[in-house]
Amino acid sequence: MKARAFSYVRPSTVMEALQAFEGSAEDASYIAGGQSLVPALALRLQAPQLLIDIAHILALRGVELQGDWLRIGALTRHHEVMADPLVRRHAPLYSEAAPHVAHPAIRNKGTLGGSIAHADPASEFPAMTLALGAELEIAHRDGTRRVPADEFFLDLFQTAIAPGELLVAIHVPVVRPGHRWAFHELARRRGDFAMIGCGILAEFRGDLVEGIRIAFFAVGNTPIRAGRTEDSLIGKVLDDAAIVAAQALVGDDLDPPDDEQTPPSMKRHLARVLLGRLLGQLARQGT
Amino acid sequence: MSDPVTHASVTVAMTVNGSAVSHGIAPRLTLADFLRQTLELTGTHTGCEMGVCGACLVMLDGRVVHACLTFAVQASGSVVETVEGLSGRAVIADLQEAFHQRNALQCGFCTPGMLMTAHSLLSQEGVPSRDAIRDALSGNYCRCTGYEAIVDAIETVARQRDAGGATQSAEVGV
Repeated sequence: MKARAFSYVRPSTVMEALQAFEGSAEDASYIAGGQSLVPALALRLQAPQLLIDIAHILALRGVELQGDWLRIGALTRHHEVMADPLVRRHAPLYSEAAPHVAHPAIRNKGTLGGSIAHADPASEFPAMTLALGAELEIAHRDGTRRVPADEFFLDLFQTAIAPGELLVAIHVPVVRPGHRWAFHELARRRGDFAMIGCGILAEFRGDLVEGIRIAFFAVGNTPIRAGRTEDSLIGKVLDDAAIVAAQALVGDDLDPPDDEQTPPSMKRHLARVLLGRLLGQLARQGT
Repeated sequence: MSDPVTHASVTVAMTVNGSAVSHGIAPRLTLADFLRQTLELTGTHTGCEMGVCGACLVMLDGRVVHACLTFAVQASGSVVETVEGLSGRAVIADLQEAFHQRNALQCGFCTPGMLMTAHSLLSQEGVPSRDAIRDALSGNYCRCTGYEAIVDAIETVARQRDAGGATQSAEVGV
């Protein structure tokens, strides 16, 4: 349970970090909070020659409203996400999910950017990133690029971040009047990885659903949008009939892997339960 | 393959329990092992060494974190307080007494971590509910007590401190 020997550098700018990676013959890992990486190193699932500590790069910190977007620095820690008034107001699904992310001590160190870049399919923040329709700002040697969440999560622990690139910020389109949202997860014990979880962001015109993003986690290799279920709800009033119809569809949107603790049939059942509760919450928010 | 020279020791400097310390260490040394082996502060326990059991919790720059999920080199420049520090300056004397009174430990392996979590929780405003105490303890494993006595002890101190604070305010008011 000890990491293999490595070297350590602590850059103070993004460019220094990128250069350190380049100089390592691509045998390096960036470390921020380290709450997933350190156990992976201890278990020797990863054994880089160089650890690049990005925790002291000021450009990766801070939460700031920029027009219709909220910029959340990648180094924003989970406990900061939980308490930040700008996040609460403009990107509320992150605030709602935060208390469910691991335990207090992990939340004191883990970072939002780290969680999203790690892309554990059972984690809350990647799925909320998808539900919020956020964009991920990624730095590379020639500048930065922004990738929409829908194109970011590629496969198990795989994202659009290429080797050596660095996630620097999460840009969230701010919620507006007419938006409603809800988050819920089912876990055996508080702080454990959820058996399944879901976040929904919906836009209403009066009682009609005008747009909706339903993102599940812990049901596949990536966080997953329930596309057909979303389509079925567009233009509908969220009454009991619409909710029951959506519940009947959602199983087909998901293809959970076989897992001896929660087999696919159970995941689909729990997805229907969660979806019913969340859509019910959205309906009641309008009254 | 690897050149051993590239993994040479690095100097870390931090404040531990109020004292400045500086040592040359290997970057792969965790903060937990640094505290236990280099500084011989063995109150910080290493159980799972993967962030699950909570026996290694310490205060890092004022917030409770797992010493096993931090490399000591990452903490260079920081302020660390261990259970020895908290007990040494008597800020958790009431918690220690309540754990004793309520039999909130048997083997004691988890106790330093429990005290760290309790200290962190009770440093916040207000009296936490039993649910809030349980939630705070969700990252601390105890295999002996069944937790009930630990929750009791923390709740007792939370109420005592609240009553003490209220008494003091009343006295000031008079």
